[in-house]
Amino acid sequence: MDADITLTVDGQVRQVRVDTRTTLLDALRDRMGVTAPKKGCDHGQCGSCTVLLNGRRATTCLALAVAHDGAEITTAEGLADGDGAPHPVQRAFLDHDAFQCGYCTPGQICSAVGMLDEARAGHPSAVTTDLVGPVELTDAEIRERMSGNLCRCGAYVNIVAAIQEAAR
Amino acid sequence: MTGLLPARVIGQPLERADGMAKVTGTATYAAEHPVPGLTHLHPVQATIARGRVSAVDTAQAEALDGVIAVLTPANAPRLASTEDPELAVLQSDEVAFRGQVIGAVVATTPEIARHAAGLVQVSYVEQPHDVALRPDRADLYAPDKVNPAFPTDTEQGDVPSALADAAVRLDQTYTTAWYHNNPMEPHATIASWDGGDLTLHDSTQGVTAVRDTVAPVLGVAPERVRVICPHVGGGFGSKGQPHVHLVLAALAAKAVGRPVRLVVTRQQMFALVGYRTPTIQRIRMGADRTGRLTAISVDVVEQTSRIKEFAEQTAVPARMMYAAPHRRTTHRLAALDVPVPSWMRAPGECPGMFGLETAVDEMAAACGLDPIEFRVRNEPERDPETGRPFSSRNLVACLREGARRFGWAHRDPTPRARREAGWLVGTGVAASTYPAGRIAGSSVTIRFGPDRRYQVETAAADLGTGTWTALRQIAADALGVDYAEVDLRIGDTALPPASVAGGSTGIASWGSAVLDAAEAFRDKFGANPSEGDEASGGMPDNPHTERYAMHAFGAQFAEVRVREDTGEIRVSRLLGVFAAGRIVNPRTARSQFIGGMTMGLSMALHEQSVLDQRFGHIVNHDLAEYHIAANADVAELEAHWIDEHDPYVNPLGTKGIGEIGIVGTAAAISNAAHHATGVRVRDLPITLDKFLS
Repeated sequence: MDADITLTVDGQVRQVRVDTRTTLLDALRDRMGVTAPKKGCDHGQCGSCTVLLNGRRATTCLALAVAHDGAEITTAEGLADGDGAPHPVQRAFLDHDAFQCGYCTPGQICSAVGMLDEARAGHPSAVTTDLVGPVELTDAEIRERMSGNLCRCGAYVNIVAAIQEAAR
Repeated sequence: MTGLLPARVIGQPLERADGMAKVTGTATYAAEHPVPGLTHLHPVQATIARGRVSAVDTAQAEALDGVIAVLTPANAPRLASTEDPELAVLQSDEVAFRGQVIGAVVATTPEIARHAAGLVQVSYVEQPHDVALRPDRADLYAPDKVNPAFPTDTEQGDVPSALADAAVRLDQTYTTAWYHNNPMEPHATIASWDGGDLTLHDSTQGVTAVRDTVAPVLGVAPERVRVICPHVGGGFGSKGQPHVHLVLAALAAKAVGRPVRLVVTRQQMFALVGYRTPTIQRIRMGADRTGRLTAISVDVVEQTSRIKEFAEQTAVPARMMYAAPHRRTTHRLAALDVPVPSWMRAPGECPGMFGLETAVDEMAAACGLDPIEFRVRNEPERDPETGRPFSSRNLVACLREGARRFGWAHRDPTPRARREAGWLVGTGVAASTYPAGRIAGSSVTIRFGPDRRYQVETAAADLGTGTWTALRQIAADALGVDYAEVDLRIGDTALPPASVAGGSTGIASWGSAVLDAAEAFRDKFGANPSEGDEASGGMPDNPHTERYAMHAFGAQFAEVRVREDTGEIRVSRLLGVFAAGRIVNPRTARSQFIGGMTMGLSMALHEQSVLDQRFGHIVNHDLAEYHIAANADVAELEAHWIDEHDPYVNPLGTKGIGEIGIVGTAAAISNAAHHATGVRVRDLPITLDKFLS
């Protein structure tokens, strides 16, 4: 069964027809040609498909497109400004060589942007000791909060350094 | 730096040329190329481990709206060559392993293809399967050679007598698990035919190798096959040679007369695109009272598939690491009803150096020596087996520099002596090595373009390794121009051919060809060329190859913490120092080293493909259950290197850095775990239960 939905993707309002079984990830990649979100596992286990969904990080392979009619989506491509200047998190990833093959990278970057917002809003993580005060973004906090995004090239220490820089 | 290309742009830590495309997600990977009229393929896989398909009922699948074709061995087009059984897809009804492709659905959307694949009804005549790797199997055999072309066995002196006479002896067995490469980008192919011409967008470490392997299988002339792959989302060996999906996509596109896309699912990757065999390594060593090794013996048992042989060269590093007058190595294989093993980052060295470097740690302790001093004492003056001098060998320098940086001097060697708030803390060291090789067959063309820029072209690959940047740096120095004056094109068989990105040979091979082409260009056109001037070059023979043993070396240091009451193990520090010739780009090189070390940590603690022997399949076939190191698993981790000038390896003086980072890491961690706990874990992965028994 097909359904027509509307998505705002990186600032553009777009209509798309999807199979009701189509994931948000496949709607973006296969139906709309938006390939910044990557498919690494299709099971919500690797984080490559992470975007900002209505402002919060989400794994789009675990979301059915038809359930997100009207949603606003920002991908890594949309984080860069229109003149091609990278987002501060992207700039930090470049400066710290926080990636190699680049396949997990758009997801890492969307996840980092969403994670920084969560930390600023005071959301605790599993390693947060002080649940009342503001979150201090230690390396351990960043590692914990970014562990939903796998990187097989093993750039984690550079990813943490990049996020620390972007958080300053 | 006499004899080597003078470094001006080489050695600069330039930002990745493809960096912006990657951080914005606009770099295009194989499955993402827009192709009009695209159809989608989902494979049907065998649910038995051995036997044959007796009947396939495709009626339900075919009845589904949007299904274009259901391919089975009965109706699939014939291949021109079935010589490679791994690639001979849908050519017979035999099932050789669970998960083998026995059918395929092509449909208008991926959802329909997947749904229909589940509707295909397959009947089998099942035969008893055998997937058990054991060292006491009666049918173990000696392959003719081990990967890629090493002798299967070697022997010098009289090992049994030397062991019998040794003052200190070791006889232990070390095992490594079954591992899957698991690059983040699943293998993917888009195949489009235009008459007799085939275009393949494929995720591969070598477009030229793909073309040359697949063309004869399909019965097409290589020049009628074009393979395109500008970016690879990781490969680690699993994209080093074509696997079955590539042939299947091409075959299906032929059958339906439309472009076909096949994206292998993460689960399917555990059966279809290669893996590292489990290894069983019996290691025996003898030493005299001063801690000098008199005998080294390594006997390896590992598996291959019944249909196609791959023999991991696990004992090969034991042939050149340490001096000993009496020595032997053997490899024996069990041919099982399992998927086809293949390359995975540092085949041979990676598992082999786990066994060897853990054994060396045990021997050092048995001799009452510091493990660094034990290694120094057993440094060979020449390559022990060939007698050739090393072109450069800086293992000792790496050990010393690593010890200084890591703070090794203050270490109390007593096991289980350090406790911090319920954690047992220990440190360990292991050596690392990888051969410095080159692969012939690359050509490079340099053209002076209309914009007065130099266009450098070769079909090389960048799988995250940094080729887009490093090769351009080499070209700039080879031409004596600025980096910004050079354009690079790679990843397309429309360009001059290039060797596969494997065996850490890429930069050495392609870079040598770039240098040769630049020299030809300057010889022909001088310093002021005209638009359109063009020259080509290849990789010249290296006369030193037969005279010297060429290897990179390194030293890995680990600090681990083991929870005394639960056995939970964490790696709190990893430090590596490498001697790998000249470093072309320190920024991307550091990423290669830390990436290898991170994968080594992952191997040490987490990774293990669990085989269900009753059914012959890998149970934990996804990224939730096959655990690769996540961000929180990696704490302090640093990589360094020493300046190394090697005038013999190639005119660039590079040794290759893609694989050495994973070599020795697991041994350093297991040695540190022993120091922390007093428990010697000889079987990977090092899991908590092993400290509690």
